[in-house]
Amino acid sequence: MAQMNMVQAINSALDVMLGRDPRVVVFGEDVGYFGGVFRCTDGLQRKYGEHRVLDTPIAEGGIVAAAIGMGVNGLRPVAEIQFADYIYPAFDQIVSELARLRYRTAGDYSAPVTIRTPCGGGIRGGQTHSQSPEGVFTHVCGIKVVMPSNPYDAKGLLISSIEDEDPVVFFEPKRIYNGPFDGDPHKPAVPWSTHPKGEVPEGHYAIPIGKAEIVRPGKDVTILTYGTMVHVAEAAVQLAGVDAEIVDVRTMVPLDVDTLCTSVCKTGRCVIAHEATRFSGFGAELSATVQEECFWHLEAPIQRVTGWDTPYPHAFEWDYFPGPARIAAALRGVMEAR
Amino acid sequence: MNALVAPALTQTHGLALLRAMLRIRAFEDRCYQLYGQMRIRGFLHLYNGEEAVAAGAFAALRPEDAIVSTYREHGHALARGVPMNRVMAELFGKQTGCSGGRGGSMHLFDVTRKFYGGNAIVAGGLPIAVGLALAQKLRGEPALTACFFGDGAVAEGEFHESLNLAALWRLPVLFLCENNRYAMGTALDRAQAETDISLKAGAYRIPAAALDGMDVFAVETAVADAARGIRGGGGPVLLEMRTYRFRAHSMFDPQLYRDRAEVEQWRKKGPLITLTTRLKALGLMSEEDYQRLERECNAEVDAAVAFAERSPWEPVSSLERFVYAERHRR
Ligand SMILES: Cc1ncc(C[n+]2csc(CCOP(=O)(O)OP(=O)(O)O)c2C)c(N)n1
Ligand SMILES: [Mg+2]
Repeated sequence: MAQMNMVQAINSALDVMLGRDPRVVVFGEDVGYFGGVFRCTDGLQRKYGEHRVLDTPIAEGGIVAAAIGMGVNGLRPVAEIQFADYIYPAFDQIVSELARLRYRTAGDYSAPVTIRTPCGGGIRGGQTHSQSPEGVFTHVCGIKVVMPSNPYDAKGLLISSIEDEDPVVFFEPKRIYNGPFDGDPHKPAVPWSTHPKGEVPEGHYAIPIGKAEIVRPGKDVTILTYGTMVHVAEAAVQLAGVDAEIVDVRTMVPLDVDTLCTSVCKTGRCVIAHEATRFSGFGAELSATVQEECFWHLEAPIQRVTGWDTPYPHAFEWDYFPGPARIAAALRGVMEAR
Repeated sequence: MNALVAPALTQTHGLALLRAMLRIRAFEDRCYQLYGQMRIRGFLHLYNGEEAVAAGAFAALRPEDAIVSTYREHGHALARGVPMNRVMAELFGKQTGCSGGRGGSMHLFDVTRKFYGGNAIVAGGLPIAVGLALAQKLRGEPALTACFFGDGAVAEGEFHESLNLAALWRLPVLFLCENNRYAMGTALDRAQAETDISLKAGAYRIPAAALDGMDVFAVETAVADAARGIRGGGGPVLLEMRTYRFRAHSMFDPQLYRDRAEVEQWRKKGPLITLTTRLKALGLMSEEDYQRLERECNAEVDAAVAFAERSPWEPVSSLERFVYAERHRR
């Protein structure tokens, strides 16, 4: 085992897959020569050459389209979109082509493309460097959607994504690239070496897509969350002083309904937390699923804690961000409901 | 396009251009400091080295023209006449900022100066400029739309869609490419099969020229010439200004993609040196003139920082406003 932060774990996953599968090609804006804006592809071009790790011009539509062509023609492309906020020029290719290829050819063609992209706020990026658009993609059938919350999962899930026969949009919460973050920007940064999930095997391992993880067992209430918010939820549990069970959803599509709903049926209460805007956010899908599966076990209305229904404000990031206090208030709220 | 002979250079005009550039330089250098002191936060892209483009272009544009810009737009906003106080306050995120504190460094807007924004999305502004110009044409406004964009934007589909639409509909758009040879860490020749950007315009039958973007007079003359043709109904023009950014791409850029020596080489032909050498040689400027201008610009920046510091924040309670025309409540 080695100590890795999330950047290193992602780099390691790409390294492992480039090493063992000659079909894997890593590419995107400034990923090769420069090593990636967040350094996730640092050193890979030097190690594997320009034919395996390549730079592209600024053309997101072209990047994803090229990935589709490569994927359908026998390669395993891993494309980086530098920020999730820049994925929209590629949206047509993702929705109209990538997601539907298998269906419209009755299974004859498909493109096993992985699109990696950093998401989320907490780095003062304002409205164009902070978005969490996972819900936009979970609404498109034909693509899988993954968001890890720690280095160990990031590596294992990225390897699974690359090995998956279907296209995967792999969101990387950039606020936790370098360390877990509990939602308090005034505390000194904590490195991943202080966290058990900062221990990452050097070689190949896979974490199955479609499996949630209970990161904190508890009996009073279930928190369904993912990405950065897993750590914020942990802080909120301390703050609220309730025995909450925290479920890290990890993969939104396919969704591990079983693990999620078993937990809610056990606790009888549910709080859903995500950073993305609330209306039609992925929390709405989670809430509907819980309602359908756990209705007779629920002792309180489900509560959602989310970003506001506004763009990420430039100067008020921490007001928008659904921090521990907001989650704690929801926890108390569902505990008090009778 | 015929290169016009520059009008005889007067002292007043020469010093006005120098002043426009010095203001930008002083502003950007202060931003750099303020960022180090964490008084400005977030993403910040400085314009050092490219001042001649903004100063020259805006000397030739008119108040009725519409302007579309990029995220590296402090210089454009200042040269356009957006008050420095309001630009600085916007960088601080204060309510008195030119975008009400909502936009930050990458999203400077100013309605009264027809400044239609910085834009953090590479190439995002190009098609909007086409729309602005189409509206100008349909309404019969005697104005044009000037659209700034970087060499990196040329790779996006929007660039090509915009050039075609502007040419097809013969729109009053002035495409102003700031070719500083790099898009973040990617040198132009690693991103473009044809590195001569002005040649691309030919495919859309748009007249184009490449020029020395370090020479403020070259920029001013070319923009004035192009604007005259556009105002006369001649349709769009593209100018490729060859320039260089002296500082890092943003504040998080270790600049591993270029040599120090290359930067030094370009600094030697920088826009301020080029202009001051020329003005001094012509006897139009003394060292005292230069010192005085620099002092005045620094004083203006001091005042802008003080203004930004003492300006109020938007109340958190109003942050949900302006998502829709009417506040929309479920
Ligand atoms: C659609 C989109 N893709 C990627 C980015 C990330 N990005 C920001 S600036 C930049 C480089 C742009 O270079 P250029 O157009 O030459 O402008 P310069 O920074 O040199 O002024 C990139 C890739 C972005 N902002 N928007
Ligand atoms: Mg550039």
